[in-house]
Amino acid sequence: MTTATSTAYHYKVVRQFALMTVVWGIVGMGMGVLIAAQLVWPELNFDLPWTSFGRLRPLHTNAVIFAFGGCALFATSYYTVQRTCQTPLFAPGLAAFTFWGWQLVILLAAVTLPLGITTSKEYAELEWPIDLLITVVWVAYAIVFFGTLATRKTKHIYVGNWFFGAFIVTVAILHIVNSLEMPVTFWKSYSLYSGATDAMVQWWYGHNAVGFFLTAGFLGMMYYFVPKQAERPVYSYRLSIVHFWALIAVYIWAGPHHLHYTALPDWAQSLGMVMSVVLLAPSWGGMINGMMTLSGAWHKLRSDPILRFLVVSLAFYGMSTFEGPMMSIKTVNALSHYTDWTIGHVHAGALGWVAMVSIGSLYHLIPRVYGREQMYSLGLINAHFWLATIGTVLYIASMWVNGIAQGLMWRAINDDGTLTYSFAETVAASHAGYVVRMLGGAIFFLGMFLMAYNTWRTVRAGKPAETAAAAQLA
Amino acid sequence: MDIGTIRGLGTLVVFIAFVGLMLWAFSSRRKKDFDEATLLPFADDPESIKHVQQEQASRSNKE
Repeated sequence: MTTATSTAYHYKVVRQFALMTVVWGIVGMGMGVLIAAQLVWPELNFDLPWTSFGRLRPLHTNAVIFAFGGCALFATSYYTVQRTCQTPLFAPGLAAFTFWGWQLVILLAAVTLPLGITTSKEYAELEWPIDLLITVVWVAYAIVFFGTLATRKTKHIYVGNWFFGAFIVTVAILHIVNSLEMPVTFWKSYSLYSGATDAMVQWWYGHNAVGFFLTAGFLGMMYYFVPKQAERPVYSYRLSIVHFWALIAVYIWAGPHHLHYTALPDWAQSLGMVMSVVLLAPSWGGMINGMMTLSGAWHKLRSDPILRFLVVSLAFYGMSTFEGPMMSIKTVNALSHYTDWTIGHVHAGALGWVAMVSIGSLYHLIPRVYGREQMYSLGLINAHFWLATIGTVLYIASMWVNGIAQGLMWRAINDDGTLTYSFAETVAASHAGYVVRMLGGAIFFLGMFLMAYNTWRTVRAGKPAETAAAAQLA
Repeated sequence: MDIGTIRGLGTLVVFIAFVGLMLWAFSSRRKKDFDEATLLPFADDPESIKHVQQEQASRSNKE
């Protein structure tokens, strides 16, 4: 156990990203609960520009997607790429730079967004100096990841790494193309695109942020942690290959469904709709592949709350990737678009799939990078599982009710052709749903504190010698 | 060639690529490689690879 460090996995950066995932999870979800409360009690805006909903909402989305989700992806990709390639990280110094660089990006977002410094592009609000920093960090990430793959000791590249690789490459392209902008001052720039082109580039970016950041990356996580936690190889490796190529080939075309009935040319809208419906097939292929990995071992769900997190995340993934294609159909979209149904759909994916698969994976990963057998308390994991599940269900159910009510009220017309309801009446009708949504979010948020406590106790119990031994290459 | 024909050909090319992918992935020549690759999450963990291989053996005996 006292071999030289060159034969040890680089777990330090994994540990750093894993801990920051928990921290940013609490910050981002806490921000979400706050803005959900603002929609129930508008007084919580405090009549200050910095705390108004319009500025805090992008802070929430950036914190949960890029800070919480991003750190989870960095931690798990650095962990699985080393272990499935049986080699330490390529350029560990650069890996450390990705950690500090990424934290700086998050910090800058937390300062600039409340100040109202924004490009106004959804999920790409950060201004051009931060965009440049993101690009540098991301290129470093790609060098570390693909360098590790290139120096692997194994013959094959495991399918999970294909998904992580596609996520890294595509996010780089999306970020650079969508962020092409003309700086005017240090904190102000204008997009290179205009009009319908700008909208299309933005939603090509936006939907593929969902497809590659929030899906492909987390599928990479799924393909490692589900088989590993279940101690069974993935159901069908062949299906995983077809899943990979079909998913990345189709996702890239689905963006126009965000722009139904707009100035975007009709054929582009129809293309986006058709590709979104086709997307159901690869999405469910992956979901079934993950679920069926447990076939013959379903009894493990009874005793293993980590596996429960992972499997329920796949169930939510299956549900939201069925809902998504349905909502992309133009006639359905005519009802659902601009309503709370969309927000419910996003959170079925974000809480149910992305957060739950990350949490399950981290409960598997954290003890292993700290040289512990398992987390401090399985009971707390189980409690967290139920809080997360109940929170998610309350959230999405309330948003379905609100969304459909809003959609129907907005389109209702009287015999003389005038609108039956004023907009304010539909807001008032949504009030109860907003209360339930806030409660659901708060319940999910509460679970994150159990995770933080459990993680803290696990980390504190880790001894440096055991931690070093755990990192040794077998 | 008008734009409609090019779009039609595009669909054809994607269809052929998909059929090719299925043939490649499901070819029996790939079986050995895939059987090795699918064990990679366990390969660096002597205890779990033993577990998994035992289970795989018992699974294939049943079939």
